[in-house]
Amino acid sequence: MNQTTKVKNVLPVFSITDFPILQQKVYGKRLIYLDNSATTQKPKPVLQAMNDYYEKHNANVHRAVHVLSQRATTLYEQAHEVVAKFIGAEAEEVIFTSGTTASLNLLAYSLCTDLEKGDEIILTEMEHHSNLVPWQQIAKEKNLVLKFIPLTKDYCLDLRQAKKMITTKTKIVSVTQMSNVLGTINPVPELVKLAHDVGAIFVVDAAQSVPHQSIDVKKLDCDFLAFSGHKMCGPTGMGVLYGKKHLLQKMKPFHYGGGMIREVRWDDSSWNDLPGKFEAGTPNIAGAVGLMEAIRYLEKVGMDNIEDHEHTLTAYALKKLSGISGLQIIGPASNPPTSLKQPTLLRGPVISFVIEGIHPHDLGEVLDKEGIAVRGGHHCAMPLMAKLGIAGTTRASFYFYNTDDDVDALVKAVKKAQELFG
Amino acid sequence: MINKYQKQKAAFDQNQIGDGPLTEEQEIYRENIIDHYKNPHNKRKMDHCTFSRREFNPLCGDDVIMYVTIRNNFIGDAAFTGTGCAISQASVSLLTDQIKNKSLEEVKKMTRDDVVGMLGIPLSTVRLRCALLSLKALLKGIELWERGGK
Repeated sequence: MNQTTKVKNVLPVFSITDFPILQQKVYGKRLIYLDNSATTQKPKPVLQAMNDYYEKHNANVHRAVHVLSQRATTLYEQAHEVVAKFIGAEAEEVIFTSGTTASLNLLAYSLCTDLEKGDEIILTEMEHHSNLVPWQQIAKEKNLVLKFIPLTKDYCLDLRQAKKMITTKTKIVSVTQMSNVLGTINPVPELVKLAHDVGAIFVVDAAQSVPHQSIDVKKLDCDFLAFSGHKMCGPTGMGVLYGKKHLLQKMKPFHYGGGMIREVRWDDSSWNDLPGKFEAGTPNIAGAVGLMEAIRYLEKVGMDNIEDHEHTLTAYALKKLSGISGLQIIGPASNPPTSLKQPTLLRGPVISFVIEGIHPHDLGEVLDKEGIAVRGGHHCAMPLMAKLGIAGTTRASFYFYNTDDDVDALVKAVKKAQELFG
Repeated sequence: MINKYQKQKAAFDQNQIGDGPLTEEQEIYRENIIDHYKNPHNKRKMDHCTFSRREFNPLCGDDVIMYVTIRNNFIGDAAFTGTGCAISQASVSLLTDQIKNKSLEEVKKMTRDDVVGMLGIPLSTVRLRCALLSLKALLKGIELWERGGK
């Protein structure tokens, strides 16, 4: 397929009517939602499943023998299994959290307890604040050294530098699989190998990748992987932390309380089996039900179909946007058309750009009035913005329900903003 | 005469989910805002000012330094430097015009409503922060100067 061919309706198994929110008008215009890196919209089956849970099955999980609690417990455990299968893990290796941020905070706390002064943690210059600040703060507390793998001129990771930086001093390497600002997809398998060669733990921030491509944690061989439900058609407040079983078993719990214990005495306690050990307190049961249904929905649409569609759409958008004078794309400009279904795609469906003479918030406001939802600003990556010497970008991010009509509307609205500010 | 906003409103099917068309009052990038953004008033560094105050809006990256000269409890001169969105820049441009030759007491009484009224455009919660950055710099600057002076 030519990369600029119209891609309308390439996903026959999915109907836009599943997303009532996308059928509304804003300011009397068709709503065009291009803020999917921030959060995605929820299809009816997900909403229905969560509603059903509250209407028919709601109870606290574990221990109680009454029928509702049994149903709630079954659903909650089933959700672990569905998530595990989706990423190629075992159910015990899947810990439910409130989101990627919570997953990464858990890791920063639990993995760093045994580290000593001078031990090194390697991150990259393109990390979201949630994969930076938790490590930064624990590093300050424990006198650990933080290092950042730099970017090349074309907004990819500098692997030559990475090879030099990952040494026997390195204890943890934590990297985003896909940048929420640049769209860059990082070569996780290569980086995992570098980390494991020196005995370091490898953490993947997969908030932007799991929603868009099929992931197999066993193939990646990462030690931990974190993602959020709401960026993949699921509810907010629901996230996942995958970890290799033997590592999770060794780790200290992060939160203490009910649900995570085996036995409690006045002076000491022992911990529950996985994943309960890391799921203190009443969990987000409806959230787990919603995420389970979201995964079923995505599997019905087909992760390969989603990846193909978004790849073609991104190539089309890159071509159209880079044709606008005064517009500069902040991220890898090319998206090799031959790389469909290839494991090492250069970039995902996130396009950041700046326009001469128009601040990202002004552009966002003008686009909003055209019915187009984009995000403007630093996208929770302030050090990256400082390094690139910009205050922020305007970011359009796609999901499988977007079409090239949406891209055309975006291009038209950008030109309108240029006229207004011209 | 029917204007473009009324036409769009008439064409909007009231049975649809969502908002109706934009009204004239909802338009925020009016000519004077764009004018002040592109040709700001008083945009210069002032070396011999009574005080200067920087305010930064981390959400937008709006960054403003206001310079104020005070003579006998009146604002003698006001200027600014900085970068940011059209709303923050137009706001500080208008504010520096507005406060000149006003008494310190009068200026200290200025509130967000004065700034919103001065801009004359509808502002969402998010954009209100851009609009109020200049007033924040001004009031905080006066407060610190008075405290230091006494």
